[in-house]
Amino acid sequence: MGDEGTLATVLLAMFAGAIRVSTPFLFVSLGECLTEKAGRINLGLEGTLVFGAMTGYALSLHTGSPWLGVLAAGLVGCVFGAIHGYLCKLPKVNDIAIGIALMLFGTGAAFFFGKPYIQPQAARLPSIPLGGWSDNPAVQQALEINPLFIIGFFLAVAMWWAFRNTRWGLVVRTTGDSTPAAVALGIDVDRVRLLATTVGGFFAGVGGSFLSLSYPGSWSEGLSSGQGLMAVALVIFARWNPLACFGAAILFGAAGALGPALQSVGISEGYHFFNAAPYILTLAILVVAVSPKRALRGAPSELSITK
Amino acid sequence: MAELTQAGPQVRTELADRARRSSEYVLVPAVAVLVSAILFSVFLLFLGKSPAQFVELLWKGGFGSWFSLQNTLVRASPFMLTALCVAIPARLGMVVIGGEGALIMGGFGAAVIAIPMVSWAPAPVILAAMAMAGMLAGGIWIGIVGAVRHYRGVNETISSLLLFYIAVSVLNFFVEGVLRDPSDPNKPSTMPIGRENMIGPMPATDVHWGLAAGIVVCVLLYFLMNRTTFGFAARVTGGNLRAAQAQGLPVGRLVMVSCFIGGAAAGLAGFFEVAAIHGKANASLIAGYGFTGILVSFLARHNPLVIIPIAIFLGGIDASGGLIQRRMDLPDATVLVLQGLMFVVLLASETFYGRYSFFRKSEGT
Repeated sequence: MGDEGTLATVLLAMFAGAIRVSTPFLFVSLGECLTEKAGRINLGLEGTLVFGAMTGYALSLHTGSPWLGVLAAGLVGCVFGAIHGYLCKLPKVNDIAIGIALMLFGTGAAFFFGKPYIQPQAARLPSIPLGGWSDNPAVQQALEINPLFIIGFFLAVAMWWAFRNTRWGLVVRTTGDSTPAAVALGIDVDRVRLLATTVGGFFAGVGGSFLSLSYPGSWSEGLSSGQGLMAVALVIFARWNPLACFGAAILFGAAGALGPALQSVGISEGYHFFNAAPYILTLAILVVAVSPKRALRGAPSELSITK
Repeated sequence: MAELTQAGPQVRTELADRARRSSEYVLVPAVAVLVSAILFSVFLLFLGKSPAQFVELLWKGGFGSWFSLQNTLVRASPFMLTALCVAIPARLGMVVIGGEGALIMGGFGAAVIAIPMVSWAPAPVILAAMAMAGMLAGGIWIGIVGAVRHYRGVNETISSLLLFYIAVSVLNFFVEGVLRDPSDPNKPSTMPIGRENMIGPMPATDVHWGLAAGIVVCVLLYFLMNRTTFGFAARVTGGNLRAAQAQGLPVGRLVMVSCFIGGAAAGLAGFFEVAAIHGKANASLIAGYGFTGILVSFLARHNPLVIIPIAIFLGGIDASGGLIQRRMDLPDATVLVLQGLMFVVLLASETFYGRYSFFRKSEGT
């Protein structure tokens, strides 16, 4: 064994962890990306994520079908997104502040209704074993890929394609880039933003269901570690490009997997420091990527955080 | 002649006009609180619980007896101080929501500076050093938010929230690592500051001095923001950034100093949590006071004086949580649901400002 073996173990654990940890990031960031492309920011996705996680778990427990749980999580995400989209439509209502309020409301409501689901064990999402070719059990375990990860990947590609090549993509982009231009084209700006926030909420809810139904795989109040918020930074880092969101989600997943990976080879010193890695990474990315002098490339001009 | 006799009533109508116009800022939030109370009652009825019983227990557990009132006031003090962490930067148009992180860093900083001093220094010296360290740590923490906002244009809402998560990690890293008290097998904590060094209650009460400090800081910061050049410059910057820059106001310094002041207030809350309640720094510091502080500040429309009664009101809701949980068989998150609901309705009510001619200046004056 020696150092090489240890390094391989760490890398393998990080790879497996990156795929596992990145899935909720991927869905929330795609939802946030869609919302922001339409010119609004939804900071409430953290609340949506937690409430989605609770709903998905509860439904999986009651019906025995984790996929129904995923669907239900998405639907409650829609409701949260629609509330945000509707309230922000009203004049003088600030989308950032409403987002914070919905974040607190969503987590509070999830804790409220989630109390009875902390103990029981619900059916989890099955994984697809892609590591059958290897004899190494560690490799096999690392390649147990969740179908949601694969769906998320194709969703990212589809969104990337749709933004460029479809009429709907053009409508969303125009709405996000210039309200007057969109109005001149006869687009109902408020409705586009409402729909974009609602669909974005659906994705965030699905991302939440991954947390409770796959990894970590049970419902608890400390389930989310702020993925819904970090997604906002992640979208900025990805410059509002869905494909880049996929890459950024993997990077964040790897950063989040660093602590547990090192712990698996006995390096527990500084575990909490490595836990902080994704947040420090996000902050560093923001400091480097954003500039007060010029607008970011790819940024929707109607977005309040980049104005 | 006719003009002269009209002067009297005109002054009176002008005063009435002003009162009517400013009543908008009282009536709209009051209606918002009422609407959220109605919505919450519907929620309770839906669950088969009695809203009347809820209100009764809320009163009983929060304000009804001397004991419960003291419990409320103890909780109100960190709400006041963390609300200031939102209110002061808000005057510059910034939405800082990382007060919880500043509270954690303040409490941690206060506990750490006490460790080498406990063996030799007298209690007042230790407490003074702890308060300074707490305010400095909290101030620097939110000061970073102001700095990255000014120099790099990083959104303050996101950066302050990220710093909250980083603060939690910093606390856990040290408390479970090098600074852990080896004699405490239960909860990882720093070395205790010692009972003799802790802050006692105010005379004739069980409420610690944090309440007095909270009220004093609220009043001081009200004067700073409303009666000084600094406050005026800050409000101009919040009103119109370009105009402030054109006037040659030091916008960057105003942003960073305001963030520092807000963070220092939240850090002071952390100091009181350590020096008056826990006696050491541990995960109990992460109690969500900073997040309730956001709601307090928004309800008070970022006015430091209004923060005082609102913090006591929310302290009462918080204090009655345990009683409501036991008597009505509701989860402890009930208070969170109520707070979240109030917050959403309150922000949505912003849309009603300036919509009704009743609150507008009457014609001809």
